[in-house]
Amino acid sequence: MKNRSRNFYLIPYVIWIALFVIAPLFLVLYYSFFNIEGEFTLSNYQKFFTPVYLKMTFSSFWYAFLITLFTLLIAYPTAYLLTKTKHKQLWLLLIIVPSWINLLLKAYAFLGIFGTYGAANSILEVIGIGSQQILFTDFSFIFVSVYIFLPFMILPIFNALDELNPSLLYASSDLGASQWTTFTRVIFPLTLDGVKAGCQIVFIPALSLFMLTRLIAGNRVITLGTAIEQHFLVTQDWGMGSTIAVFLILAMVLIMIFTGTRKKGVL
Amino acid sequence: MKKNSILSKVYLVLIFFILYGPIFYLIFYSFNSGGTMYQFEGFTLNWYRELFQDTRLLTIVLNTVIIALLSATVSTILGVAGALAILYARKRRVKNTLLSLNNVLIVSPDVIIGASFLILFTMIGIKLGFISVLLAHIAFSVPIVVLMVLPKLEEMSESMIYAALDLGASRFDVLTKVILPYITPGIFAGFFMALTYSLDDFAVTFFVTGNGFTTLSVEIYSLARRGVSLNINALSALLFVFTMLLVVGYYFITKKSEKPRGMGVRQ
Repeated sequence: MKNRSRNFYLIPYVIWIALFVIAPLFLVLYYSFFNIEGEFTLSNYQKFFTPVYLKMTFSSFWYAFLITLFTLLIAYPTAYLLTKTKHKQLWLLLIIVPSWINLLLKAYAFLGIFGTYGAANSILEVIGIGSQQILFTDFSFIFVSVYIFLPFMILPIFNALDELNPSLLYASSDLGASQWTTFTRVIFPLTLDGVKAGCQIVFIPALSLFMLTRLIAGNRVITLGTAIEQHFLVTQDWGMGSTIAVFLILAMVLIMIFTGTRKKGVL
Repeated sequence: MKKNSILSKVYLVLIFFILYGPIFYLIFYSFNSGGTMYQFEGFTLNWYRELFQDTRLLTIVLNTVIIALLSATVSTILGVAGALAILYARKRRVKNTLLSLNNVLIVSPDVIIGASFLILFTMIGIKLGFISVLLAHIAFSVPIVVLMVLPKLEEMSESMIYAALDLGASRFDVLTKVILPYITPGIFAGFFMALTYSLDDFAVTFFVTGNGFTTLSVEIYSLARRGVSLNINALSALLFVFTMLLVVGYYFITKKSEKPRGMGVRQ
């Protein structure tokens, strides 16, 4: 490029980065060293390593793991079967559309469906199991989360499967591989990037979506996100909230490295 | 083989049923005169009538739309500048750094963005309310606009710019008469995404909104926490129709330009 004039587009953009990307991250780190009285201290970090917080962190990760696992188990066959359909782009679009509906409304729908007299219990009655307490249980929390995250997982896997060169599959079956061997040795390894991207998109929000736990799980499930919200908006202990946020950011960075996708800007 | 294809059809139908069931369940009960989400007593439009008579709610809708339009406009301008800045960055390292910083807000969980912006606004002394919500929405929409515009800029041939310069165009002419018209589809897509991000956002707004100011998502959350009320159903039916219109609109915008690569799921 021969234009020597200064890149003045940088000015507004860099101001935005400094103000809304870098400054907030540092402020979170900064606040994590202050207790509720505003004194500089490491006690928040000490408190984080007490059993109460460690247990919460562990259970938050456990829930996020389960949610990601179930989402993957349901999404992979869906994506696979979608690539086999005739108008696959249209079907994919129809899978994506629900993700455009406000998340709170979807959660709210389950308040009705899983409620004491809701559709789920009516079905259980008819089958003969009898009505159960569904809302405010682990099951409802995981089910609704999987429901909400499903499109986010299907899309990257679908794209990976769609890019797969079909001649590889013919080669594999010509060489005598069974369908299962072809899947485990050819298809799955080649779509691993899509799987990783999907897991990343699901796992991080699963750690942090506080509104779902509040609406669907009552106050039974406390995730990292719920704890941060609690500290910032209810108990006003910003220091402790920031400390948890620091650990959530660390977890996020680790997950990003672990699932490292080379493609940039693919959501 | 035949059995297989029936099985896979059943699976896909089931997935679509699960994805759309709750949404239509919500809409169906918005016409229920019974006032609950489990016993359909009779058809009524009362909930919709009530909705349109609720001036408080209408004000909230208006607030939400104003915030969305303003934040999408400003963030589109900033985002286009950002994309140009990244394009013109001469050093590879600068380019990559800018891109990584750009993506921080996209991968960050909403709680982190919300909490850190809350600290930021309190530190700078911005009163929580309209301004803080607007700034937050602008801030988190900028990176998505950049990601929508940048591919368009990169596919533009440099010789077009050189031709314009050779023919005596000033740098400003090059921008307004060559570059901007070329990337218009990207700008529209970016604006649209920013609009929907803003309309849909709950978590960040929840953190940075004060007592006096509410957007629709926050209002839905507080209503839903109080339990089922069919007003929300009516509201969600309207939002569903509105979202569908947006999706169709967006689909045509991207279809006109090129392959629908921007058609992504939303975080």
